[in-house]
Amino acid sequence: MDFNALGACFTTPACVVTQATSGLIVGMLLFLVAAGLTLIFGVLKIVNFAHGTFYMLGGYVAYSAYAATDSYALAVLAGAVAMALFGVLFERVLMSRVYGSNVLMQLLVCYAVVLIFDDIVKIVWGPEFRAMGMPAAFQVPPLFIAGGVVPPFYAVLIGIAALIAIVLSLGLSRTRLGKTVRAAAVNPQMVSALGVNTTVLFAIVFAIGGGLAGLAGALAGPVRSLSPGMGFSILIEGFIVTVIGGMGSIAGAMVAALVIGLVRGFGTIGFPGFTDGLIYIVMIGILVLRPQGLFGRPL
Amino acid sequence: MKRNPASRDALFAAIVLILLLAIPILHRSPAFEDFIIRLSAMALFATSLNLLVGTTGMVSFGHGMFYGFGAYAFGLTMQLTELSLPVAALFAVALTTIAALVVGAICVRLSTDYFAFITLAVQMLFFSVIVSWQSLTGGDQGLRGGIPRRHIFGFDLGSQLHLYQFCAIVAVLGLLALRHVSMSPFGNTLRMIRDNAERASFVGIVLWRARLLAFTIAGGFAGMGGVLAALFVSGAYPELADWPNSGQAIFAVMLGGINSFLGPVLGAMILLALNDLVQRFTEYHGLVLGVVILAFALGLRRGVLDFIHLVWSKRAR
Repeated sequence: MDFNALGACFTTPACVVTQATSGLIVGMLLFLVAAGLTLIFGVLKIVNFAHGTFYMLGGYVAYSAYAATDSYALAVLAGAVAMALFGVLFERVLMSRVYGSNVLMQLLVCYAVVLIFDDIVKIVWGPEFRAMGMPAAFQVPPLFIAGGVVPPFYAVLIGIAALIAIVLSLGLSRTRLGKTVRAAAVNPQMVSALGVNTTVLFAIVFAIGGGLAGLAGALAGPVRSLSPGMGFSILIEGFIVTVIGGMGSIAGAMVAALVIGLVRGFGTIGFPGFTDGLIYIVMIGILVLRPQGLFGRPL
Repeated sequence: MKRNPASRDALFAAIVLILLLAIPILHRSPAFEDFIIRLSAMALFATSLNLLVGTTGMVSFGHGMFYGFGAYAFGLTMQLTELSLPVAALFAVALTTIAALVVGAICVRLSTDYFAFITLAVQMLFFSVIVSWQSLTGGDQGLRGGIPRRHIFGFDLGSQLHLYQFCAIVAVLGLLALRHVSMSPFGNTLRMIRDNAERASFVGIVLWRARLLAFTIAGGFAGMGGVLAALFVSGAYPELADWPNSGQAIFAVMLGGINSFLGPVLGAMILLALNDLVQRFTEYHGLVLGVVILAFALGLRRGVLDFIHLVWSKRAR
């Protein structure tokens, strides 16, 4: 533990800006993953353990699309759309068969998918780390804010995620689909009795969740390297975010993702080597004091 | 004539133990002995988890913590003190039991989903402590330098045959003890909590106390499995306490069947055999394992022993 370094960082604006931005991009990627996770849980009461696989595949699809078209925008679109379709397929072919059965049975199905696709990625793209590289459009001098260095891509990434958060929360609160989704989260039988096709609704929820995870994977491409195990670690962090924020709450996911991102950003200075531990301590503390999470409804 | 179930179980355990001990006398097979040694650790680990999952209905994602705790407690005790092996093993199990009591005191009051997550979080915290406390645990390299394999009661644990015998005895006795817990009035109390917690609390059962006791016992036996694992690898590694290891135990439980006492043992057997077999033929063993798990989950929809029970009782009707 190095409190002196942490204190020194907090008194220099440059260090605060640099660490905060790097924390923010971690937080924003986590938000995109956790938003889908929490949406799926909110509506279907299913913990999607295969969500990290969506993220990983989104990254790899974007990697190939970028290599083929040389357009990063197309690559991101390809990653998101491919994973939205994959989410529907996953829900229809596999998960819909284990609705209503034991939680462990659902876990088993998801884990099988994780194992299978980790190996498929190894076969198709190889077991070694892959780097997408920074797209040419973003290879420009960094921005300087209060002396801190902010690469332009970071700013764009944060902007996109913030935009998605706004669209998602407005969509849930204002649109007809959003209202149906929220109603289904409370009482799916009643929604179905009122004439809404819940089968289609569930598939749509998985499409949105998968699309968001794929988008996160594609956006992570230029800043993180791709590897077959990358889904695992983001999954755990996604869980932490949903649990801290409250299962089923999009706003909670946003707040918790930012908290975790900032803890990571500044933790690397104050507690090098123990940032993971720090995050688990935050999670345990929240669960003990407020089990339903910051924004969750009490069970 | 109706015999006492406890003595029937003891008889069954004695027969299995005699068979296991007789096999190497008739035929030495290093591969088989190696398999049983690994199975003994895994079987204790999975069966103790099933005391929570199947008997009490508490889904713990962090059971690997106690497996790893047992392994590290035993390894460190052997390296740092002059205690003899059985004393060190008992000490490690006792220490793990206390750890399970402390962790359980924090966790057991939470409801199902949150219980699963908090056990996972505590396990991951324990894992990060192991990895970052390098001076004591050796960090991500694991506890190296080996465990001094001392002689006990004429056993030389450096030899594979003696290690095999030791593991077989410990595992069978441990499983017998767990069976006893599961069949006791306390075991019935746990099943009652699983089936209807509200009613159980109406008849005067203090839910958290029963759950905490189950959690503590399960943790202790997982620690015993960890001790055997540490003996086998002659050290301890952070992976023993990592979450994929907890996952392995959950799959063993699910593959074998959660409603049969021997289900997790069978599941551990299937999982180990499958891992060995697949690794021999292809480097993509995740692919094959995943397909097999899918076939189980979507085809049988329950563990093997539970499936057999179901078919059996249907035919009897």
